[in-house]
Amino acid sequence: MADDKKNAKTPPSDASHQKIERAKVEAVNKAADRSLYAPRKKIHPQRTKGKFRTLKWFMMVFTLGIYYLAPWIRWDRGEGMPDQAILIDIAGGRFYFFVIEIWPQEVYYVTGLMIMGGIALFLVTSTAGRMWCGYSCPQTIWTDLFLVVERFFEGERNARIKLDKSKWTFDKLFKRLAKHTVWIIIALITGGAWVFYFSDAPTLVNQLITNTASFDAYLWIGLLAAFTYVFGGIAREQVCTYMCPWPRIQAVMMDEESLAVMYRYDRGEPRGPHKKDETWDGRGDCVQCRQCMVVCPMGIDIREGLQLECIQCSLCIDACNNIMNKIGRPEGLIAYDSLKNFERRKDGGKNIFRIIRPRTVIYSAILLIVSTVMLYALMNRSEIDVNILRDRNPLFVQLSNGDIRNGYTIKIMNKSEEEKKYSIGINGINNSEISAEGINDYNESGAPIIIVGRDKLRSIKLFIAAPKNDLQGDSTEITFTTSELEGTAQDIQMTTFKGPK
Amino acid sequence: MSEDKKEIDEVSGVDTTGHEWDGIKELNNPMPRWWVYTFIVCVIWGFAYQFYYPSWPLINDFYHGAGGETQREKVHAELAVIAQERNQYAQRMATMDIAAIRNDSSLSIYAREGGEAAFGDNCAPCHGTGAAGFVGYPNLNDDEWIWGGSLDEIQTTINYGIRGVHEDTRLNDMPAFLRDELLERQEIDDLTTYVEGLTDSSIRSTSATQELFIDNCSTCHGEDGKGIREFGAPDLTDAISLYVTDRDSIVDIISYSRGGVMPSWNGRLDEATIKSLAIYVHTLGGGE
Repeated sequence: MADDKKNAKTPPSDASHQKIERAKVEAVNKAADRSLYAPRKKIHPQRTKGKFRTLKWFMMVFTLGIYYLAPWIRWDRGEGMPDQAILIDIAGGRFYFFVIEIWPQEVYYVTGLMIMGGIALFLVTSTAGRMWCGYSCPQTIWTDLFLVVERFFEGERNARIKLDKSKWTFDKLFKRLAKHTVWIIIALITGGAWVFYFSDAPTLVNQLITNTASFDAYLWIGLLAAFTYVFGGIAREQVCTYMCPWPRIQAVMMDEESLAVMYRYDRGEPRGPHKKDETWDGRGDCVQCRQCMVVCPMGIDIREGLQLECIQCSLCIDACNNIMNKIGRPEGLIAYDSLKNFERRKDGGKNIFRIIRPRTVIYSAILLIVSTVMLYALMNRSEIDVNILRDRNPLFVQLSNGDIRNGYTIKIMNKSEEEKKYSIGINGINNSEISAEGINDYNESGAPIIIVGRDKLRSIKLFIAAPKNDLQGDSTEITFTTSELEGTAQDIQMTTFKGPK
Repeated sequence: MSEDKKEIDEVSGVDTTGHEWDGIKELNNPMPRWWVYTFIVCVIWGFAYQFYYPSWPLINDFYHGAGGETQREKVHAELAVIAQERNQYAQRMATMDIAAIRNDSSLSIYAREGGEAAFGDNCAPCHGTGAAGFVGYPNLNDDEWIWGGSLDEIQTTINYGIRGVHEDTRLNDMPAFLRDELLERQEIDDLTTYVEGLTDSSIRSTSATQELFIDNCSTCHGEDGKGIREFGAPDLTDAISLYVTDRDSIVDIISYSRGGVMPSWNGRLDEATIKSLAIYVHTLGGGE
């Protein structure tokens, strides 16, 4: 925008390093006057260039790409099955993820996935600090995206500050309206993408366009759009500072060897403006340009040390490196560093980056164990699941020929991809007879043959009758063996057979 | 504590409320702004709620609210929707044959579930919630059906009852052999031994008692004692008995007769419910 150039060099530098900008700025989130009850001061981060900014652009495109596009990936599962690669089918009680299909009672796979996610987060945090917060947290990504929009309409940092202070003019109104409109559109698309994970995406889009989608769809789009708009556009850094528990928790995962974005005060101090051709002896490399504060989306001064507010997005590293290049000093006045390295340098040693430490090894080992168990469980996932419910009222029935009969409800889940036939045999009682309601097909040993459709659950009432003399008291242990007729899948369930005392 | 002078806390620079406990003074920090805003919104919400919904008692009436909405009406509306949904099934079931209903996959599920609910409301007091019955009230889970266990027979029994007031009711009446002076006490005692012998092979009877049985009982219970379904006379040879718990109860039945009454449900329950009940009862023990 036109305003950018005009404001690019204000306020002018009093020093002779003409090339560098010198900002007259105070950290919005200064540790000294941090108050619990102060109203929020708006932060206007400036855009910077550098390798971390490039990495963050990449991460933004990558993560948003996954989020917005993943529901559109198609995956053929055959006739009568959803062809969406990732689908959480609440009504049908299924979670589809490419080749994997999970039933509600297998939700432990999701638990395992969450444990893996948690441990991976621990591992990353203990290795290199708040990498999650800085690069991949949705709050960071969407705030970044909303900032792109803000910059497009309102210009760079100084122009935005000016616009904030200026009176309401048509120009200001237009810029604000345009910005919020685009924000709301992004928010709606964000909420919209979320519901696609729970319903067939093309169908739902059609319904949304023709305004025939269910109330739930609109509700969730509205809710998520509202949260996206408020969190990304308005609350921004306050979400991280006040709402998110993670900044508080992660401190316990870091030790003195953990990497974090840090200002190397041992190199930077004493700080102060520096004139060209002046000697660097007896002073630090920090020239008080405050570019690190200008670009900070959290409004802090990184030179005050590690702070709770810092999401470690590394943008101050880029900003500082750019300045260092201009004034001819080595890069890395602000860099990923560990507390231990400060001590090492103090003692005249060199920087050592110890990635492999007991802590990271333990986290890696846990991660490896959990993922191995998960993988094993998934590979050996049974294609059949059986539940037996014994009738409790009445416990048993006296038959006219003197036998005792118990009723059971058997629920057979066929999790395979084709229709299967199962036989149900019982062990534990001699001379018992089994009959299944509504089933006319029995094998030569009297076991009923039950057909269960692909990906279906079938519930059948079973009656087992046995002579009184073959019972062991009032409760006899028996087992139901459900076997696939043309296959190997088998399930054995223990239950009891009740009789008179 | 002085009233006019603010006392400023040294550490935080905030004035205190003047409240003190064990030397600890309460700081007069302002409420967080979000809290104040939420509070204000809640107050506004409270007034709006009172305005919109029925809220205030009046002398003879109450304030009905601007929305004119009550939960009672909502329940009525929801019940009407349910009744309408049920009606679709009920109308189809009323005209369909009971066997056809059972073979219809969606109707049979509806009938079974509806039958279970109707059973709990109407039948459970006598037959028990699990339909296991009590002495004198038959167990509907077993395989002995005194009046028949097919779908049609069960439907007829539910419709017209047993020894009920309906003209088509199932009816029989066992003579009270002692009270009506048809048999002597000794003869009844001998008959009891014979009946016991039907289920217990260790008890033997004389051929004279067998003749006594054939003369007096076989018309209904059959010469072999296996009962005759048309008369509703139960099988005396099987392991199931409606009344018998011991020898004394057999003596009692022969002497004074027994016979329970089941009400006729025709007219009290609609056709669809009776068919549902029959289907449900039929599934309990597999029916006939």
